[in-house]
Amino acid sequence: MTDLSTHGTRSHLKRRNRHQMMVQGFGMAAIGFAALMLFILVSSLVSSGYKAFTQTHITVEVFVDPAEIKPERLPRGGFDDVLLASLKGYFPDVSGRADEKALEGIFSNGAQFTLRDRIVADPALIGQTISVTVPTSDPYDQLAKGLVKRDTPETQRRVSDREIDWFDTLDRAGAISQPVNWGLITNTDSRFPELAGLKGALVGSFWALLVCFVISFPLGIGAAIYLEEFAPRNKLSDLIEVNINNLAAVPSVVFGLLALAVFIGWFGLPRSAPLVGGMTLALMTLPTIIIATRAALKAVPPSIREAALGVGASKHQVVFGHVLPLAMPGILTGTIIGLAQALGETAPLLLIGMNAFITSAPDTPLDSATALPTQIFIWADSPERGFVSRTSAAILVLLTFLITMNAIAIYLRSKFERKW
Amino acid sequence: MYDLPTLENNVTTETLKFTARDVHVYYGESEAIKGVDVDILDNTVTAFIGPSGCGKSTFLRCLNRMNDTIPICRVTGDIRLDGQDIYDRSIDPVQLRAKVGMVFQKPNPFPKSIYDNVAYGPRIHGLANTRADLDVIVEKSLRRAALWNEVKDRLDTPGTGLSGGQQQRLCIARAVATQPEVLLMDEPCSALDPIATAQVEELIDELRQDYSVVIVTHSMQQAARVSQKTAFFHLGHLVEFGETSHIFTNPSDERTESYITGRIG
Amino acid sequence: MTTAAFACLMVISLIGYIWNRQAATAIRQDGARLHSLVGFHGAYSLLVVLVPALVLILLWLLLQGPLIDALLKSGIRTELDGLGSGEVQLVVAEIKSIARGVVFGTPEPWKMDAAQRLTDLQARSGQMLLVLVAALSLALVLFSRRKVTAEFRARHGVERIISGLMIGCSIVAIFVTLGIVASLMFETSKFFAKVSVIEFLFGTNWEPQIPLREDQVAAEGAFGWLPVMIGTLVITVIALVIAVPVGLMSAIYLNEFAPRRFRAVAKPLLEILAGVPTVVYGFFAILVVAPAIRTFGQSLGLDVSPNTALAAGGVMGIMLIPFISSFADDALSAVPQSLRDGALGLGATRAEMMTSVLFPAAIPGIVGGVLLAVSRAIGETMIVVMAAGLIAKMTLNPLDSVTTVTVQIVTLLIGDTSFDNPKTLAAFALGMMLFIVTLIINIFALRIVRKYREAYD
Repeated sequence: MTDLSTHGTRSHLKRRNRHQMMVQGFGMAAIGFAALMLFILVSSLVSSGYKAFTQTHITVEVFVDPAEIKPERLPRGGFDDVLLASLKGYFPDVSGRADEKALEGIFSNGAQFTLRDRIVADPALIGQTISVTVPTSDPYDQLAKGLVKRDTPETQRRVSDREIDWFDTLDRAGAISQPVNWGLITNTDSRFPELAGLKGALVGSFWALLVCFVISFPLGIGAAIYLEEFAPRNKLSDLIEVNINNLAAVPSVVFGLLALAVFIGWFGLPRSAPLVGGMTLALMTLPTIIIATRAALKAVPPSIREAALGVGASKHQVVFGHVLPLAMPGILTGTIIGLAQALGETAPLLLIGMNAFITSAPDTPLDSATALPTQIFIWADSPERGFVSRTSAAILVLLTFLITMNAIAIYLRSKFERKW
Repeated sequence: MYDLPTLENNVTTETLKFTARDVHVYYGESEAIKGVDVDILDNTVTAFIGPSGCGKSTFLRCLNRMNDTIPICRVTGDIRLDGQDIYDRSIDPVQLRAKVGMVFQKPNPFPKSIYDNVAYGPRIHGLANTRADLDVIVEKSLRRAALWNEVKDRLDTPGTGLSGGQQQRLCIARAVATQPEVLLMDEPCSALDPIATAQVEELIDELRQDYSVVIVTHSMQQAARVSQKTAFFHLGHLVEFGETSHIFTNPSDERTESYITGRIG
Repeated sequence: MTTAAFACLMVISLIGYIWNRQAATAIRQDGARLHSLVGFHGAYSLLVVLVPALVLILLWLLLQGPLIDALLKSGIRTELDGLGSGEVQLVVAEIKSIARGVVFGTPEPWKMDAAQRLTDLQARSGQMLLVLVAALSLALVLFSRRKVTAEFRARHGVERIISGLMIGCSIVAIFVTLGIVASLMFETSKFFAKVSVIEFLFGTNWEPQIPLREDQVAAEGAFGWLPVMIGTLVITVIALVIAVPVGLMSAIYLNEFAPRRFRAVAKPLLEILAGVPTVVYGFFAILVVAPAIRTFGQSLGLDVSPNTALAAGGVMGIMLIPFISSFADDALSAVPQSLRDGALGLGATRAEMMTSVLFPAAIPGIVGGVLLAVSRAIGETMIVVMAAGLIAKMTLNPLDSVTTVTVQIVTLLIGDTSFDNPKTLAAFALGMMLFIVTLIINIFALRIVRKYREAYD
């Protein structure tokens, strides 16, 4: 008779079990560490970024004083004085140039331009009293969101006690509101955090990705089909093969150097243009698309090819009529994933100048622009406190795009995946 | 059918090693083994034959719970080794496999030296306390597998460098080194050339003196050459089980007869 | 004008397509048996016209810029005489903006003239392009029309052209590599004309400031890359110390021990970590990790700099975890099932099978993955640009601030750059070193990985 539990000594068995527990424990700890890091990453971004999705606004009744704003002098006029006058109604005892300047600081720097644009559009408003809702400046925004703590000593606070009083008075009068910050999407970049938005970056990224797609998609598919279906096994094919694998691992900043020297330096294309950015990203996306396309082509079973060849189709007709359509879902999945990587790529865009300060959205791929990731870099570098939460918010916007793109890719893959 | 009277004195002892009753194996929804009863004797070579996909390998893998490694695989029924239920909760499959060794279809030496390959089992099971003990086990096992003379001068070269037949004998030596009581062999000669096959078959016959050997084979000639007992599987059923000489000369089931005469296969 | 050229080309090629199709149809209606379908006759004409004409337009667009610049400069050679290349660039830029109608102040008359000439040149270039494209495409339409006969193998022609196009696509990869090598070599050789190779390779001082004006003598600039390289190494080592054990352990667990459901959750989780753009990791480093390390270090009474190598390297390590883990997972999965069976069949526990059989068998594949991770860490840019320092220091202290090759490339090139001062060129020299080092590691790593795959296939 055998006793199944005594092969080897008991202490030896204990040691083996301990070893098993240890290996598993380390593994779980490692995954736990990775998950924890992901959690900290996301939660720190969300907790610092969600506040940038609202923006503190102030609503005041403005008397458009004909003495300050004259129809014939538009678009020039004393718009800031008019705005100040509307606040004076709440604080009659504020006087003196310095104090008035401080009081005016409640308004965002863009407030006078918002008012100007309204009056230029409709000069009939001159002489009337109109209700104007504009963003507050960054310190008050921070105060309203609780990011400026009231219990810190006044000397270390960005808002003085008197300014807090002003704000509270306005708040009690119902002049303060916190609507959704659509400006984050619809405004272009600005030196003032309360006005800065992502429109320019979004449009710039769109142009760059479009250029990237238009170049890399046909090139990538063409190269992949050739290498997978037609290329003879010779030195040239091997060279191309090795080249593509190596290109996939070349640091992105090197592609930036290439773009700077060749596209801008030799061909004289404009700096900061999404066209150049897109061309650079295309070179980086190319290997990804080629590798994904080849995998998708390889997955089409030989029986399909043989069936078509058997009825007398040429090799080209087989590939373009049967294999390529069957491989398309896989190719598209790979392409979307490649484009998602390109959307997040930053370093090469810095080198070609897509980190300039540009306050208008580009109309064509040849205009100067920023892109989403470079905009994040610019904001992360800005000293104003308000840009910290804007940066987090911009990252959340970028991640939303990436997750959407990846979700589409996963959906495509699961929808069209075939088991042969 | 397992209680057929023993006709020949070919079988040296009557000690039962394995008893299996009403064994079913499921892969997800599909049933691969449909109620198999079988008794396997000690110091006997038992051959499982049958057409491909009939479940003979699946059943073999039940005997040392290798099927546990396949997540969707489920085994029901009762399999006992020396009277102990091997699917009992208290049984550690790791310990079971040390008692019931296995040799696989394709030679699978580890990418280590010949010595380390053979010493692997004794090491993990703590069977040797000193290097000298281990040397003894390795030499004994390699001799047992009729490989010692060919490899004694290059024990530290990689096991993957041997020829196919040598690799398979190395795997047998590796299994023997763990000092098992039963040896399961899953088509051990299917990847070998005829000469290597003859060597391994000879070895199997010798191993019978110390172990109960269960062998799955595709070749009926092989079953006839090496085994004393034969079980014929067909579509998940055990169709016929009995003395090898009896099955090959006078099968009682017509499916067995068709298979043996080459009409199904 | 370019749009007009495009439109003209499209119309002509379409006409060619229809013309050839009809010609082929006519032949068939006459009772002759065509070798190729009529569609192929049409496609033949389309491709024969489109491919050369598009190549012409592309080359024209690429070359007209530099050519017009050269013509412009030769026209005002006397005025440009004696100016530095930076000033020449300024003048050219001014003339271009005048030509676009943006005029600041009152420029000298010769600049106005030059602007006028520039506008003329651009217009003439556009007209020439239009004429050339029209002539070329018409000629090609006629050429392909004359080919249409019953025996003409239009399908073979089309397939040959498409094969040619596909070969062209494949060769782009080679051109990209050549472009990288050529541009880096060109700028680097200019750099080494100004700074000696010895100083660059063995100098221990990296201070690439240059005098702003010719007469400033304050700083000549020092270009010894050793401290930059040491900084890169320090950060790479920190990153690997975190990423390698964590990545390997999670791969081992996911590959062998994790229940299927857990694996189904954990793998996408790691993939998310891999898909996060590096600029996000950079911000994470300055927002969370660097302050945390600083606070922790100060609570222990250590002197911690604000841009520690530890913060940058640590975050880079987190970025590399999924990279290493997926490589190790692939390598472990590639070990044949028979080896797992062999070990389990001898009564090994899963952990024993992993540590004594699977892992050693997978080592070559894992080493390849780790090497690729090293090359990634060396070439990673955004995390270090945002979280590491700017001053090159010869130090191995992870709590000190160090700078890396990529940080220096970016800081030297950010902003307006002209291609003739050593500061800009130094960035290309660093880029050259970066390219060479990562290329060697990559080739080595890819070879190991491929050998390993072949061994088990």
